[in-house]
This record gives sequence, C-alpha cells and structure tokens, in this order.
Amino acid sequence: MSGTRPDPSKLYRPKIPATWWLRKKSYFLFMLRELSSVFIALFLLVYLYQIYQLTRGPEAYVAFSRRLSSPGWIFFNLIALLFAVYHSVTWFQSTAVVLPVRLGERLVPRQIVTALHIGAWIVVSLGVLILFLALKG
Amino acid sequence: MAEPTITLNVTRYRPGQDQAPTTQAYAVPYKQDWVVLDALNHIKDQIDGTLSYRWSCRMGVCGSCGMMVNGVPKLTCAAFLRDYYPHEIRVEPLVNFPIIRDLVIDMSDFLDKLKSVKPWIIRKEEKPVAQGEYLQTPAELEAFHQFTQCINCMLCYAACPVYGVEPKFLGPAAIALGYRYNMDSRDQGKEQRDVIGNHDGIWDCTFVGECSVVCPKDVDPAAAIQRSKVDTTKNWFQSILMPWGER
Repeated sequence: MSGTRPDPSKLYRPKIPATWWLRKKSYFLFMLRELSSVFIALFLLVYLYQIYQLTRGPEAYVAFSRRLSSPGWIFFNLIALLFAVYHSVTWFQSTAVVLPVRLGERLVPRQIVTALHIGAWIVVSLGVLILFLALKG
Repeated sequence: MAEPTITLNVTRYRPGQDQAPTTQAYAVPYKQDWVVLDALNHIKDQIDGTLSYRWSCRMGVCGSCGMMVNGVPKLTCAAFLRDYYPHEIRVEPLVNFPIIRDLVIDMSDFLDKLKSVKPWIIRKEEKPVAQGEYLQTPAELEAFHQFTQCINCMLCYAACPVYGVEPKFLGPAAIALGYRYNMDSRDQGKEQRDVIGNHDGIWDCTFVGECSVVCPKDVDPAAAIQRSKVDTTKNWFQSILMPWGER
C-alpha cells in the first residue's frame, strides 16, 4: 500500500479557519446548540444559589428574589429560556434519529416521532404550569 | 445566436510549481443536460489538458467524482449545470483532505480508517460450504441494509467539521460501515471492531449531522454513529451489572 501513496512533501494541506462555524447555517445552528448548554448551566447555578438562600431564612430568600426581578436578570432568564427551548427541540429531533420507532413492518417517519415528543413536552409543561398556578393561588 | 456559456472557477494546484492553490476560470458551453463532471471533461478534452480530477462511472455508483461545488460536497456527476446557470460555479477539491493536484485529494487517511473497522463479515468459526448459506430474515437484512449503500465517496468527511478540526476522528463513513457489519446477524466480530467505540471513534462525534445531509446514497452515517453510542453505552452498563453475562 505505502508504495502507492503520494509524496507527503508535495501535498498541500489546507488550514481550517477558526471561523469555520460561520461558513454555513447548519454549522452555526450546531454551535448555538452547543452554546445553549452554557446558558442552561448558568441558569441552574443561579437556581441552586436561590435554593441555598432559602436555607438561610425567609429574609435572605426574599432579598435575593427581589434582586432577580431586576431587568438585567429578567433579560438573562429570557435568553436562557430561549436557549433551553432551542436545546429541547434539537434534543427531540435527535431522539428521532437515534431511536427508530417501528409499527409492525413499517418505520414511523422521524417528523412524527419528533412531533409526538414535542407534543408530550408541551402537555407536561402546561401541566406543571397549571399545578404551579393552582398551588400559588 | 452564440451558444450560451457558463463559467467554472476551478481550483488549480500544481505541486512543485505552486506554493498554494489558485483559481482558474473556464468558460464552457452551457447545456441543459450537462453535469459539472461533463463540464470538467469538456475542459480536459477541449481547453486545458493539464487539469486533474478523479472520475469513473458518471452515474453515482463509483464515488470517485466528489468535489466541493459552490462550497457544498457533491458528486459532480449528479450536480447539474442548470441548477446554477446563469451564475458562475466554483469547483474545489473536497475540504478536510490534503490536495495532491488540482481537484485530486489524498484519500490515504480514509482508506486506513476504513480498513481499521474491518468492514467484512467475521465469523468465530466458518461453517463448511456443504452446510449451505448463512440465512437471514427480511427483518435481519433491514437492520443494516441502508448502511450497505455507502460508495466511499468521502463527501461526509468533507461535510464533517469534527474531522476537519480533529483529523484523528474515525469519521462518518468508516463508522457507518463498521456499524453495518455489527448489525449483520451473520457477523460475530463486534469485539474486533473496538476502534468504533474508542475515543477517536463515535465519542468524537458531536452530532452536527451534516454527513447525513450531503450523503448521495441516504446512508445516514449520523444515525449509525448515534445508535452505536447507545449500543456501546448499553453494553458498558451490562458489563458492570453482569460481568460474567453474555453480551
């Protein structure tokens, strides 16, 4: 085999630019998906800190919650929510690729598997929201 | 009326002469039923015999004529001029590979990786020919049939940014072909294809998914890789829970 290989000194080796992910929409969307985990992790850290404040007594919790209602934090939460929704949608799209669903001999189309997952996710989310509002009210 | 033409901007690289690739423009006759490969053949035959590129079957079977057409990995025998006309077309060698000359890339790395997954049926013990064939049900064939369609055209390697950034990555086609044999009910060689489950195998893949988008044969290497991840994880948990169990 090695006898038929090209002379390495004559090869031209193109360099991959650090901005490769800006070249194509699909690469950019992939990077957004990867970035979404950073915002979800930051949100969870803030959430854990909020729970920690609860252990320090009602005053500390209320004071921290008040700080979280500032426009900057609301903006952060909104961005984190958008990333979480995007991440979840791509997750359900991936699930359809990873786990093919069969009905007898036939393969269920991926779009239907994804749509059913997203539908179930919306129903569960609404259930949690209704429960939250009911407990609060 | 003069015959309409279309311009192809083709990458040229002549080793020993050029320090880096350059672009050369060729005006070729525009014909409704011509593909980019026809235009390249016209250049080679009528305009500039020094242009180098690979091709063979002209009908999407051999996997030789893969190139970047306007930045997208494509079989040039399936890329019609009419889909680009009247705009110019950029024809470049497949990205993520070293260039030997003009549009010809060095595929040695891919061939090594392909060989490393042992893409053939491995039996612990071959049964004598007299005992007949290894029979399969339609469902057993269906489990891997899609992954047999790979023509080794390497478009998936050109589409994969992970392979571009991390050249050690085993890559989409090699993993898909390894998976094809792992899923084959006649095969008993899964343990010998451990290269698939290694760090530079499936775990390098971040599921960009572009390999499956550009595949001209609908092989869906991305699915093969993600399903291999699930299988490998399942086997790992089984080996922890049942160290002496058969897998």
